[in-house]
Amino acid sequence: MTATTDPGVTVTELPPPTRITLRVADPTGQPLPTRIGAIEGCALCLGPDEWLLEGDAAADLVAGLPGPYSAVEVSDREITYLLEGPAVLDLLATGCPRDLASMPVGAGARTVYDTAQVVLVREANDRFRLTVWRSFAPHVRALFDIAMREIAAGL
Amino acid sequence: MLLIHCPYCEQDLPELEFAYAGEAHIARPADPSKLTDEEWRDFLFIRTNPKGVHFERWRHVNGCARFFNAVRETVGDKFLATYRADEPRPDISSLTGDAK
Ligand SMILES: [Zn+2]
Repeated sequence: MTATTDPGVTVTELPPPTRITLRVADPTGQPLPTRIGAIEGCALCLGPDEWLLEGDAAADLVAGLPGPYSAVEVSDREITYLLEGPAVLDLLATGCPRDLASMPVGAGARTVYDTAQVVLVREANDRFRLTVWRSFAPHVRALFDIAMREIAAGL
Repeated sequence: MLLIHCPYCEQDLPELEFAYAGEAHIARPADPSKLTDEEWRDFLFIRTNPKGVHFERWRHVNGCARFFNAVRETVGDKFLATYRADEPRPDISSLTGDAK
């Protein structure tokens, strides 16, 4: 096999958006997706009573909720990496046990990469956003760098 | 790796996303102060530990974060069923088919 130097995927750290973790006991009739993994607007449904809101619209969404709810701003808690390229599924498969090939574009999930809990959002067939707690980010990033060298070497 | 069906996510997901959380359907005594030391010990520590079908709690900790219940066959490590925490214990014979 011919070795190449292109891993076919890039990893870019994104500037932190506004991030709000939202808990609502009963989301019936509220502007929130209720299927776990679904995204509507700025809201990703992580669990039956838990959402991650990202971006400039997050605060407005919270302000419009009839309540009761719990909303905590966690913008600086996590680091988001943009993973992009034809080998993005190979890169994620080095640490994530989920079948990500079957994850629909426009959906998300909380899962694991190696031993770190992460939130993945599939933005396109070959583009994911991975959000990981700040203290785990150097570990995840170091594993990505190793995996990218392995993919580039044809392993 | 085992795939476990999360009754909240409604997907079969990898075992690494889940955490075991002990035997299911252990009712907390209504009035602990009325219990003898032996009864309190039994509530806290004494479990059925069967060889065979076991009702147990799991948590989808790296996912939707919910606790739910599972029926697992402890010899072959096969999950017979999973169900939400507020659902009743399913009938074993309907799960194992030939069990009597
Ligand atoms: Zn789940």
